[in-house]
Amino acid sequence: MNINPERMWEDALEKLKTWARINSPWAIHYNSGSCNGCDIEILATLTPRYDLERVGVKLQGSPRHADILICTGPVTLQSRERLKRIYEQMPEPKFVVAVGSCAISGGAFQGCYNVVGHVDAVIPVDAYIPGCPPRPEAIIDGVVKLLESLKKTDSRAQSAENSAQTADSEH
Amino acid sequence: MEANKFIVPIGPQHPALKEPGHFEFTVDGEVVTDATIRLGYVHRGVERGTEDRTWVQNLYLIERICGICSHIHATAYALGVEKLAGVSAPPRAQAIRELFCELERIHSHLLWVGVAAHEAGFDALFMYSWRDRETVMDLLEGLSGNRVHYSCNVLGGVKFDIDDTQRDTILRGLEFLEQRTQHYLDVVTNDAAFLRRTRGVGVMTREQAIEYGTVGPVARASGVERDVRVDAPYLAYDQFPVKTITDTAGDLEARFAVRVRELFESYRVIREILDNLPRSELAAKMPRKIPPGEAISRVEAPRGELFYFIKSNGGEKPERVKVRTPSICNFGSVGRLTIGHQLADAPMILAGIDPCFSCNDRAVYITRNGDTQRWSWDDLCRYGVANAE
Repeated sequence: MNINPERMWEDALEKLKTWARINSPWAIHYNSGSCNGCDIEILATLTPRYDLERVGVKLQGSPRHADILICTGPVTLQSRERLKRIYEQMPEPKFVVAVGSCAISGGAFQGCYNVVGHVDAVIPVDAYIPGCPPRPEAIIDGVVKLLESLKKTDSRAQSAENSAQTADSEH
Repeated sequence: MEANKFIVPIGPQHPALKEPGHFEFTVDGEVVTDATIRLGYVHRGVERGTEDRTWVQNLYLIERICGICSHIHATAYALGVEKLAGVSAPPRAQAIRELFCELERIHSHLLWVGVAAHEAGFDALFMYSWRDRETVMDLLEGLSGNRVHYSCNVLGGVKFDIDDTQRDTILRGLEFLEQRTQHYLDVVTNDAAFLRRTRGVGVMTREQAIEYGTVGPVARASGVERDVRVDAPYLAYDQFPVKTITDTAGDLEARFAVRVRELFESYRVIREILDNLPRSELAAKMPRKIPPGEAISRVEAPRGELFYFIKSNGGEKPERVKVRTPSICNFGSVGRLTIGHQLADAPMILAGIDPCFSCNDRAVYITRNGDTQRWSWDDLCRYGVANAE
């Protein structure tokens, strides 16, 4: 392990932040056109049988408090701008989980006139959880895998990359 | 006074509900004086989408109109198409469909009890009812292999049979649920703290319920005896009938009580079906092309009357499918009922109709006093584009 004496404090602080982030990620949920099957399963994941809160995940009301954006459903014309706005309101670093076939590919609604398409056509996505709808176990697995991957990545690099991607999608 | 007018915008992304909807409550202090609702964030264009898919493919698209009452949508569609084709599903298939309908009602009502309790700040009830709801989810998964979109219907019948092992599992599950439901009935009608949030809140008289065109448990809680299962029995509901549960109070407490008491009816009728399951084939043969014609099918979804209009031109795809869901019928009442209440009661009143936005978000145009107005294709395009911005 290389220790750079000039950045020692900075690195230590960064490690602490990553540790905190992995142990208590706050999530926000947005339905951009789902049939609400996935939304119910996400809620079921938080209730006693599956209890996602035991890995520290808490569902949060405001995008400004959230680390993870959980998206369900294909993106409709009306909700596209909202989804972008919610994503932009979230503080860096932020992560997006696409839950369900519709969020991944448009699913059964492909070709419907008011559907723009899948979530990553609008905002960058970090984890995909397939299924129609995914079982709560699958949602837990997806979230845990995302948290595992956070351990490896440098959060500063991640946030720089994210803001570059947002800038790209805007132009 | 105009200066005191203050508008509280809520949504479309908000902590209270799982689905997007935008609300603007005009308040004077804490009291709501006006309410506006904007829907349409989850409008996907399913009705138009059905015209591009074959009769069989549509079964799967229509099931995905709503993730809570998916089976009832597919059933309404299948019944309509069967009527057009002149085929009727065998008796065993009808009974199994009814069984699924009632299991779905149990899961939907338990889900609603939890969500509505959460709106009231009673999270313990939310967690308990969702824990117990997993029992019925297990039953549905055991029967169909999926927790949400069971895909039990095929045109002309059902896919799954029920054997003795499954029967015993369902009966055991129901026994547990019945005991828990008794407890919930006790909580929603006796818990002093909870009653302060529900008793006398959002009162809708019988006349109002009829005037606003409410359906399902919301109407029944105001004393309107309206239940398609009883009024116009479909599936096997004439063989295995249910009783209409009504209440006269018309407030939130009554809506809780009606839904919880409906659960007991569901348990009873499921047991009856399991004891007297008719023996027959599971599916009748359906033609690939459906003869031209129009059909209407009405069923009772967990939230109220669900209406399908299906038109065929004799081809492999429908010419028109129109869906009228119960949530949109009940939505009209929310704007009126919140007026005069505290802002804190507004989420409760909204949750009281059990809104389902994915069912809701379809075009609806309301005219007053019999005005008529035709919308041309250009008008519709312009309206659609203006709202998409």
